[in-house]
Amino acid sequence: MSITELDATDLAPLLVLAPILGAAVALIFRRMATTVSLLTTALSALLVVALSCVISQNGAANIVAGGWPKAFAISLYVDGLTLLMLAITGIVGFFVALYAKDYFSKTPNETFWSVYLLLLAAINALALSRDIFNIYVTLECLGLASVALVVSEQNEKTLSSALRYLMAALVGSMLYLFGVAFLYHNYGTLNIDLLSNAITHGPVTYTAMALMVSGLMIKAAIFPLHFWLPAAHSSAPAPVSAILSALVVKASAYLIIRLWLDLFSPLSVPMFAELLSLIGMVAIIWGSIQALLQTRLKLLIAYSTVAQLGYLMQGFVLASETAWQGVIYIALSHALAKSAMFLAAGNIRHYSGDDRIGNLNEVIRKLPITMTAFAIASMSIMGLPPSSGFIGKWLLLEAALTEGRIFQAVVMAIGGILASAYIFKVIGHAFTPGETAQSQQRVTPIMSWTTMALALLSILAGFSANELLALFSVAMNFPGAA
Amino acid sequence: MSSTQFFAFVGVALVCIAMHSLIARAHLLRKILAINIMSSGVFLFLVALAWREQTDLPPDPICHAMVLTGIVVAVSATAFALGLLIKFNTLTGATQLNDAQQ
Repeated sequence: MSITELDATDLAPLLVLAPILGAAVALIFRRMATTVSLLTTALSALLVVALSCVISQNGAANIVAGGWPKAFAISLYVDGLTLLMLAITGIVGFFVALYAKDYFSKTPNETFWSVYLLLLAAINALALSRDIFNIYVTLECLGLASVALVVSEQNEKTLSSALRYLMAALVGSMLYLFGVAFLYHNYGTLNIDLLSNAITHGPVTYTAMALMVSGLMIKAAIFPLHFWLPAAHSSAPAPVSAILSALVVKASAYLIIRLWLDLFSPLSVPMFAELLSLIGMVAIIWGSIQALLQTRLKLLIAYSTVAQLGYLMQGFVLASETAWQGVIYIALSHALAKSAMFLAAGNIRHYSGDDRIGNLNEVIRKLPITMTAFAIASMSIMGLPPSSGFIGKWLLLEAALTEGRIFQAVVMAIGGILASAYIFKVIGHAFTPGETAQSQQRVTPIMSWTTMALALLSILAGFSANELLALFSVAMNFPGAA
Repeated sequence: MSSTQFFAFVGVALVCIAMHSLIARAHLLRKILAINIMSSGVFLFLVALAWREQTDLPPDPICHAMVLTGIVVAVSATAFALGLLIKFNTLTGATQLNDAQQ
């Protein structure tokens, strides 16, 4: 069967079903768990590729499951933004699974694989869902699976950060559900399409918007609600940190953008957009400065995520097509580059049993591929050409300057400079002499090369910007300047 | 005030009380209970709004379905949080999160 004969109706539900089935099989047949999980993640990545081909040919797809009327049905929807979320989940999910196979080979964890697959299923379902209540359910699945992954190595640090994370996640989804209750009571539907036709100005809509967006901001760790992120992301095992930073916070940020573009932006509430953008600007500066102050590598990378999430908040106020394309590219490049950086940090910690930045010069010489991958991925975070991060930041800067928002442009530029500062704080150690550390655990070739693959992808994505932007903008309705 | 409004306000009040104790209380068990009460508040709000006043229509079943799903989620989340708390307590003997440790 050729790809053109396939239909989005066949492919999209499989992206949710396959990982769930894989999780069940991995839980029952624990000996096969690793193999089953690798096959499932590979299958999901292939499904995303097939779905991208179908969508780029046929346009956005609306899938209504079960034959119920649209107001109650479980409906799935695929457009460019959905594809972006599915694509980063497919790619990062596959490479991190490969990495985790070797990372956990010495300390096998019975349930890691099924929880991992459930997490991927939850993100896929969240991206595809077109129903604000189903989104709540997927948010909860995602939150619980993420916390369960944080405690896949149990010690005082992971348990305390997991508890903090779990409570933040639960409060976030409760606030979101509260907002859903307001919207449903006022408009009598949960379907995003029907809601966007019906939605009007008014106190109920504004209350719902404030509740849903603030709930999601807790989960997306948007400043100043990021208090749980550094501890959770830095104490978790490396593959988990990579998934949390690359995908999980992005899933909530994706929802804020989705709800904004589909529901709230036609209402045009400039004050709210200004507020989000201001919060994002503070996040860029604050996160970067905190990253610069850290003495441990994983904490530095975690704070860098807080800063990079600030860039995603810049689209709301610029509201032009260029700005949203910039946001799309930053999301893509951050997912690839940040997962590579966390995996690199994992290799370093695996090798030396330590991730103090001051001790790095002892390790770096022994892990040339890892260090190169870290440097390559850093180019994306700093926004150096020709990386994908450069494209994203360039588009955002262009949009800001076109609209005469000089202050915003300056803040984004300063964020780039601060990013170079904290990256060079790490890379500088590659050039200083030091004792060679004793190896604690072997870093396998797969662990080095999966890190490298993600880092290289973050650069390569910068070379095909036109094609990728065309794909990720399918059927997107970017509102014109407010 | 109609009974719908009354119960909806009680739901909102429960959410506010829970939010206060979540922030003000340090004991983890109290925090977990606070989150539980917060979800009960949201569920009460939803159930209250399901009542359709001045019509002969039965209460809205969609709201009930949402609350049922929500209860299932809340129960699992509470169980998970309690499990984590027990592990945390056996490992450290503490019942509070130390703000300095990050």
